Amino acid sequence: MLAAILSRLLRMVVVMFGISVITFLIFFATPSSDPAARIAGRNAAQETIEAVRKDFGLDRPLYVQYGLMMQRLFISQDLTSFANRGQKIIPTVMAAAPATLSLVSGAAVLWMLGGIVTGITAAAFRGRWPDKLLMGISMMAVAMPVFWVGEMVNLVTQNRLHDTWAFSWVPALGYTPFSENPGLWFRSMVFPWLTLAFLYIGFYGRMLRTGIIETYQEDFIRTARAKGLTGRKVLLKHATRSAIIPIVIMFGMDFGVLVGGAAVLTEVVFGINGVGRLTYQALKVLDLPMIMATVLYASFFVVIANAVVDLLCLLIDPRMRRA
Amino acid sequence: MLPESDKTAPSPAVTAGEDAGRRRGPWKRVFEGLIASPTAMISAGLLMLIVVATLLAPVYAKYVSGTDPFRSGLSARIKIDGKPTPVMQQSTEGLGLGVTPIGPTWGPQYLLGADGQGRDVAARMLYGGRNSLLIAGAATLICLFWAAIIGIAAGYSGGVVDGVLSNLIDMIWAFPVYLLAISLSIVMIGKSFALGPFEISSGSLIVPILIIGLVYVPYVARPIRGRVMAINQSEFVMAARGLGIRRWKILLRHILPNVSTTLIVFAPMLMALNIVTESSLSFLSVGVQPPNASWGTILQDGQTLLYSRPWVSLAPGFAIMVTVLLLNLFGDVLRDVLDPKSARGR
Repeated sequence: MLAAILSRLLRMVVVMFGISVITFLIFFATPSSDPAARIAGRNAAQETIEAVRKDFGLDRPLYVQYGLMMQRLFISQDLTSFANRGQKIIPTVMAAAPATLSLVSGAAVLWMLGGIVTGITAAAFRGRWPDKLLMGISMMAVAMPVFWVGEMVNLVTQNRLHDTWAFSWVPALGYTPFSENPGLWFRSMVFPWLTLAFLYIGFYGRMLRTGIIETYQEDFIRTARAKGLTGRKVLLKHATRSAIIPIVIMFGMDFGVLVGGAAVLTEVVFGINGVGRLTYQALKVLDLPMIMATVLYASFFVVIANAVVDLLCLLIDPRMRRA
Repeated sequence: MLPESDKTAPSPAVTAGEDAGRRRGPWKRVFEGLIASPTAMISAGLLMLIVVATLLAPVYAKYVSGTDPFRSGLSARIKIDGKPTPVMQQSTEGLGLGVTPIGPTWGPQYLLGADGQGRDVAARMLYGGRNSLLIAGAATLICLFWAAIIGIAAGYSGGVVDGVLSNLIDMIWAFPVYLLAISLSIVMIGKSFALGPFEISSGSLIVPILIIGLVYVPYVARPIRGRVMAINQSEFVMAARGLGIRRWKILLRHILPNVSTTLIVFAPMLMALNIVTESSLSFLSVGVQPPNASWGTILQDGQTLLYSRPWVSLAPGFAIMVTVLLLNLFGDVLRDVLDPKSARGR
């Protein structure tokens, strides 16, 4: 058990190292242009570019450059943006994280509940109209770009209907921290949550339904039926329970990816100042250090989330301890 | 984002009805299965219709709308009910400053209105659809090609090669797809670069094709690797090995045909995913670069006009939704036909 945990943690560290190398190579070793000029930003003066070159050690071998970069990112944490002079990167990313976390965790609760209810209902009514209806909606949800759904939601809630009784409670686009005004925070997050959750309810509902139906072919379900359990008990206690494990693994992954910044589209459309929108704004001014930091932050978050999920599975399922 | 890919890695030809399949030939059986399914036929037909419509874009621009969808028409005037009307209309709301593009006329000219630069949205939709489909299709082929090579190399050789490749796959997997694409496009867009003997200009469609094609490779390579390893352990491959058949011959005769069905099952789903990815990247301005159009760039154009001229956003969104829906419907049938085992579960 302990060995399994340690080996998983070691793997996590190795993957993190690999990711930092890949990110570094993308930004510093692609042959297309001068990294110093890219870091210094658009229309930088020649002196600035030279200063950057010296500062980042870009005239030295690649492994030295890598070492210096990581030192600045993680140890001294004094990497600054060149597009917005003097803006410290790491504190800025950390300040944006709570907004993303509010968006993703709220949506996560909704999509797990929605996905599980959708999957179980569809499986229970397999082939009949509730199944067809739910699966039809799920397919639509998966087919629409999430930012477009967000725009359509805005079109309904922020436009002409905004002044009617139906949507007058929706505040203008933007994010209010929970600590400032919990009520406003909640009201401003309702539609972003629903928008983001809608897509994932589609994914999870479909996946759980398929999983449950596949589980029904297994021997232990036949045994459960044979010993006289009711259909509902077989569905909820046996089939769903075994089909839900891949969903939980999936959830850890998606949650990590979204908190890491994959919610960028939702954040941009709803004007939420999270990590994703930070990346988007950095993108507009080509603020390379900022983008590199957010990408690294994101992928590390994903790796950690995956490791946590795997460790939880180790605790839940003894069969995995041997692997 | 590809939740079903890893789990429902299809296991077709091996398990496919051995007796019936053998006699009629597996591909013929697949073809007949598709013909027999109304869903597959209708979705394939509608997809063809969309492709043909986008191919006819120049015809539409020349004979129906009579506008150049790539030149800004800020000072253009069109006739509505015999009265000349400017395409960019003086704003009547607020201070009356600024201009708003004309809304949908529901006539031949500016059917869906104009975008912020006075260009005909309907004509751009057709040209844009062409690019969206081209990018998604080409990216799908690139992705399947590399995923097959990496997956087979890792799964078939095992040992060190497998160790290195699967760790690499795991690392790239950990990057959120959009962030990886953003990073790649930042270094690729803005300056032309050389890819082998070819010079690729920064505005070229090849840039988004390469980016979208590469970011999903791990999602396909992983199940392919698993599939190859499973086939490699199967009885008929063991038997072939026992008969002393050479490794590369086993690869060509037994592994490849079985993996090819998995690749085919992935194709429509991947293409659907690529269409959404293209639109998202273009929306974030790291996909298709102006003056080229795609459904994503039209969505980006429509972003600032969302409340005044919603059709600029509505039209490409609907186009994406319908195309993706059709691809997924077709893909579901294709999977069931290629993999009867998964069909049982449905």
